Amino acid sequence: MPRGTKPLLFVACLLPLAWLAARAFGIGGLGLGANPVSELIHRLGLWGLRGLLLTLCVSPLAVGLRKPKLLRLRRMLGLTAFAYLTLHFLTWLVLDQWLSWHAIVADVVKRPYITVGFAALTMLLPLAVTSTDGWMRRLGRRWHLLHRLIYPAAVLGCVHFWWQVKADWREPALYASALAALLAWRIRRARMRRPAAVAATAPP
Amino acid sequence: MRHPGPSSPLPSEITPRDRYLNRREIVVGLSGIGLAFAAGTAHPSAERLKYTPNPRYRASGATNSHEDITTYNNYYEFGTDKSDPAERAGKFHNQPWNVTVAGEAEVTGTFALEDILKPHALEERIYRLRCVEAWSMVVPWVGFPLGDLLRRFRPTSRAKYVAFKTVFRPAEMPGQRFAVLDWPYVEGLRMDEAMHPLTLVAVGLYGEALPNQNGAPLRLVVPWKYGFKGIKSIVEIRFTERQPPTSWNLSAPHEYGFYANVNPQVDHPRWSQAQERRIGTGLFAPKQPTLPFNGYADQVASLYAGMDLRKFF
Repeated sequence: MPRGTKPLLFVACLLPLAWLAARAFGIGGLGLGANPVSELIHRLGLWGLRGLLLTLCVSPLAVGLRKPKLLRLRRMLGLTAFAYLTLHFLTWLVLDQWLSWHAIVADVVKRPYITVGFAALTMLLPLAVTSTDGWMRRLGRRWHLLHRLIYPAAVLGCVHFWWQVKADWREPALYASALAALLAWRIRRARMRRPAAVAATAPP
Repeated sequence: MRHPGPSSPLPSEITPRDRYLNRREIVVGLSGIGLAFAAGTAHPSAERLKYTPNPRYRASGATNSHEDITTYNNYYEFGTDKSDPAERAGKFHNQPWNVTVAGEAEVTGTFALEDILKPHALEERIYRLRCVEAWSMVVPWVGFPLGDLLRRFRPTSRAKYVAFKTVFRPAEMPGQRFAVLDWPYVEGLRMDEAMHPLTLVAVGLYGEALPNQNGAPLRLVVPWKYGFKGIKSIVEIRFTERQPPTSWNLSAPHEYGFYANVNPQVDHPRWSQAQERRIGTGLFAPKQPTLPFNGYADQVASLYAGMDLRKFF
């Protein structure tokens, strides 16, 4: 992995946010359109989901290209996805719901698409917290087990997207198919490894 | 092509001469706009319609900007993104245009748009528009009451409903190339809803002919119902005895009913309808409460007296 890859990736991770900020503040004649709150929430959520899928691409790429060092990029991608999804949630909480807790709790409980979105973000929270080297050391093998939570979180993320669509399911279907392919790769790999009983170093 | 009311003119068709002259100007104006569109003009801003503002129908609250009304559209025939209609409707030909009138009426046939519009004086009405997606706008429509048009076809006593159909033209409407909905789009009203003075045939907004993305050349506006009832680019009007099928109801019967009256107490199965986001209020404005029948309850609630609005949503 060439030097400077990580800083470069970090800048790349910030680009969608910078673009959204420019649109939100009307820099250079940009804008968020007629419904800025909805646009902002949607874009942040979309980048968060893309971030999750990109995070899940790292292991197959590392194995396929025989470049295990790629795994070093995974943490940054995962944390970026978490950051976008947190902003997605906070934007909804503040700009859409105006912190009216009664309505917020009611929505999380009553609206299945919000319930699953909230559940997905809740699953990702411990992953973000335990993403440090210290926590990896302390948790040892259990760290890998814990970080498999990204799989159900990503599935719920796709469901959250799909359940909001009125009729045109093509875009959420695209994300769901990508996730299905990434998960299928892991299932196949797990099956291949099981008979050999190799020590579990399977990357989440 | 036949003209409605061939032999004996209806009372509604007899109008003072000055108004009649106004209409001729409107028709001339409309055909001019048609030419402008055909030539690919992006903004027909110069093509004004002749109309009278109707002070009885002026919704409170700031009227939305021309830009918001013409760039934030749900018109799935041109694509499912809000920006798709404005971006993709440029090639749509809204002239020449025919409307077929059929079913339970004495006068039926296919009529040129000019003949459909000729007897009607245009007025401006500023209506609230509430989308089923929980956003809303205030739109200055130009049009005339649907009832005035329907009466010209002399619906029979068997006409209990009126059904509408949007043009099917996938070559010009890219959204129709994929079956997001079962094309062509169809909508319908109960006869008393259709004849209600609030129900409008819109041919313009902001004093200009309707842009393609807003449903040119003629569309329905039913301000107390969710926006999807306002069918666009109408090519067929059919009087029926039975309740006609409607596109969103066919697509998801448990989510979208035939009536689709704005009702803050009956939620969409997936989201709340208690509040709405007013377009144009920016990033830092709270949502506002949704009103029963979108604020037109005093005029239309009696149409549904005795009906369970949770069942007939």
